[in-house]
Amino acid sequence: MGKQIITLTVNGEKHEVAAEPRELLVHTLRETLKLTGPHVGCETSHCGACTVDIDGKSVKSCTMFAAQADGAEITTIEGIATPDGMHVLQEMFREHHGLQCGFCTPGMITRAYRLLQENPNPTEEEVRFGIAGNLCRCTGYQNIVKAILAAAAELNASKEAAQ
Amino acid sequence: MSVAKPLPHDAARLHVTGAARYVDDTPTPRGTLHLAFGLSQVAKGRITSLDLAPVRSSPGVVAVLTAEDLPFDNDVSPSNHDEPLLSDGTVNYIGQPLFLVLASSHRAARVAARKAVIGYAEETPLLTLDQALAADSRFEDGPRIYEKGDAAAAIAAAPRVVEGTFDLGGQEHFYLEGQAALALPQEDGGMLVNSSTQHPTEIQHKVAEAIGLPMHAVRVETRRMGGGFGGKESQGNALAVACALAARHTGLPCKMRYDRDDDMVITGKRHAFRISYRAGFDADGRLLGLEFTHLVNCGWAQDLSLPVADRAMLHSDNAYAIPAIRIESHRLKTNLQSATAYRGFGGPQGMVGIERVMDHIAHDLDLDPVELRRRNYYAAPGTATGDNTTPYGMEVSDFELHEMTAQLLQSADYAARRAEITAWNERHARLKRGLAFSPVKFGISFTLTHLNQAGALVHVYQDGSVHLNHGGTEMGQGLFQKVAQVAASRFGIPLEKVKITATDTAKVPNTSATAASSGSDLNGMAVMAACDTIRARMADHLARLHQLTPAEVIFDGGSVRIGATVEISFDEAAKLCYEGRISLSSTGFYKTPKLEWDRIKGQGRPFFYFAYGAALTEVVVDRLTGENRILRADILHDAGASLNPALDIGQVEGGYVQGAGWLTTEELVWDDKGALRTHAPSTYKIPACSDRPDVFNVALYDGQNREETIYRSKAVGEPPFMLGISAWLALSDAVASFGTTYPALNAPATAEEIWHAARRVSDGV
Repeated sequence: MGKQIITLTVNGEKHEVAAEPRELLVHTLRETLKLTGPHVGCETSHCGACTVDIDGKSVKSCTMFAAQADGAEITTIEGIATPDGMHVLQEMFREHHGLQCGFCTPGMITRAYRLLQENPNPTEEEVRFGIAGNLCRCTGYQNIVKAILAAAAELNASKEAAQ
Repeated sequence: MSVAKPLPHDAARLHVTGAARYVDDTPTPRGTLHLAFGLSQVAKGRITSLDLAPVRSSPGVVAVLTAEDLPFDNDVSPSNHDEPLLSDGTVNYIGQPLFLVLASSHRAARVAARKAVIGYAEETPLLTLDQALAADSRFEDGPRIYEKGDAAAAIAAAPRVVEGTFDLGGQEHFYLEGQAALALPQEDGGMLVNSSTQHPTEIQHKVAEAIGLPMHAVRVETRRMGGGFGGKESQGNALAVACALAARHTGLPCKMRYDRDDDMVITGKRHAFRISYRAGFDADGRLLGLEFTHLVNCGWAQDLSLPVADRAMLHSDNAYAIPAIRIESHRLKTNLQSATAYRGFGGPQGMVGIERVMDHIAHDLDLDPVELRRRNYYAAPGTATGDNTTPYGMEVSDFELHEMTAQLLQSADYAARRAEITAWNERHARLKRGLAFSPVKFGISFTLTHLNQAGALVHVYQDGSVHLNHGGTEMGQGLFQKVAQVAASRFGIPLEKVKITATDTAKVPNTSATAASSGSDLNGMAVMAACDTIRARMADHLARLHQLTPAEVIFDGGSVRIGATVEISFDEAAKLCYEGRISLSSTGFYKTPKLEWDRIKGQGRPFFYFAYGAALTEVVVDRLTGENRILRADILHDAGASLNPALDIGQVEGGYVQGAGWLTTEELVWDDKGALRTHAPSTYKIPACSDRPDVFNVALYDGQNREETIYRSKAVGEPPFMLGISAWLALSDAVASFGTTYPALNAPATAEEIWHAARRVSDGV
């Protein structure tokens, strides 16, 4: 089957790409657009290493065809940093040691980024269940939870300061 | 000084922005081919026909290689030359690579690999320990036996005896980054290999053998792995060798990564054990004699099974002085994936054995299990009144657990919680809570003594920046950061001045695997030696310029003080030395002292020292469903004088959760044909964030290594894994509350296993 042209807006930039009908979104992102932050961990939507944000939802890009994302707005880990520097979540993951091998980190942060928009003031338990779809084999999750709670606190503090 | 500071992982900024590169993220040259193995669908037999025409005609396929196409050695074994890269006509397990597909894309290669038409003459596979034992299918001539005293006589004379047998499952590594390698052919036939491996030197060695060149023609580079846990000690050999062969065959760069299902089906896992025990003890719970039999499921090839099984024997005492003990270990050969290294390397299995015995004795005597353990502990340094040696004759001279246990019980409020839980359990029929303590004493050093060596290469450039390289690999444990902290401390410079570089067999040769928790012990010392050589040359030159002695030159705080009056920056000092024609580059080397070990006799000193830990876990179980949760875990762990407490605590937390996962939810299931049915995270359950203990208190013990290690730190990669045993014991404790009989849990204690055990205990059987 031939390739079809689809339009993806990724990290604010519009791309027209040719994708095979059965091409998975993660491969379009990694191979065509050279965005290798989303990782291929399990190919069956369980591990979450490939998590990206699509039209305001966390999506595992290994179980979505690129063609299904035609017209979508996509944010990957590469688009989460702001022009002023790293996003608060990125800073907090670094500072609170929310990573070891780092392979799950892009998906984990991308998921946390959406979680904090769904629930800007989560309890520890809500964080634990909110990221339960993203597996980490190294950290035991303790510092990941700490990093997300610290980022939430900082984001809320800066929101208050802005008001 | 940089050492002892809780600095973030050196690559944290790259990780959180998605910029850190793993093998599969590395840009590849145009024309790179992608590889996939065709896999055996039967567990034992011979290939009678292999029609590869449909594979060759599949879209995108460039070539298909079989064993007959291999120009030199067809072997990827790390030990015994018994592991062909591609089947030599016999098949030994479901998932064994039979042929290699080279194609234009990863998907094209995988699709094609499934199109072969293969005829087999099937034989009956050996899948279980019983089948292997009955067939006397084993590695080594017979069982290995380590003994101290006359265990049988001691048990016969003991006032009380408990005995039992239980199964202890294997474990999938589930490194988040699957196995991967990329080979780039060089001019004159050489090969550059980028591999996700804990052992670049072995990759170099096996690739060189496979393409018929000396090791100098093969260069292996490893910047980082997305997790290793032992699963990338030998299991990356097949991919790297396949890539190199394909690159040699086509002249094109070749890349291979296993999809998760392939990875789980092809690669080895933790060794499953069946452990039988017979323990004799007195009315106070003091062990008098103990016998263990280990049946070890090694899978089809030897791989690292002998040292793994040895290490299980070497941890059958854990923290306890046992007057008479006999350990018999059978290394059984079956038609399953070849079991391999996994964090703890057999130590966890041995330790689960003795902790099970302790649990059983405490139940038998109705004695507090912590008190029972303390009565049997080795003596603290300087307090031994009698024999304080291990079953293999090593004096235990650094035993920290008396003090650590006391501290943990106090900080975790053990006595009050024990009483509260007992009272709570009396009021609840369906739910029961459990609380259990377990200690860890883990031996540090490779038991194959010659592996305890390391090299480093350090350059100081004329602008004062430092390039650091050593033989260790980074898999997330923070080794690179810890070693860079050592280098920065030796030169008295800020950490930013030290550039950490990828592990490279062309920079530091003949390295050992980053394994046995020894990464920072070995490489930290080698880097220190290299830095100190350069620093001594610099001090000597700077002293001469000022007519002083080298001892009057001090490197500290980014500057160099020369005598009482002169202070220059480290950068200026480097420039002065360069202009003075001083060599600013050095290698460093280290070999662990005091080791002496005879693995056949089971006698000597296999370990430089021991690392200790103590954990207390609380759980709750549901009798009707077997469901359970870890409610709280308290841990005190000994990392000596930690090189980086933040990274070390990360190892402890991650190790505990991984260890608890092994013994609770991580169940490997093979069907009666030998096919692994749990070959994806949909069916193989590793802990998720929601499984983490609700309360999780982790602290490092305030101490230092009694042996002279790098800044008196201790190895921390593997030991905390075994803290997870306390979760399994807590489940046993909870289940025991349903009745009066001993639960006799198997591992993993899945919900199903707990449900069965709770029924047995309720019914008093």
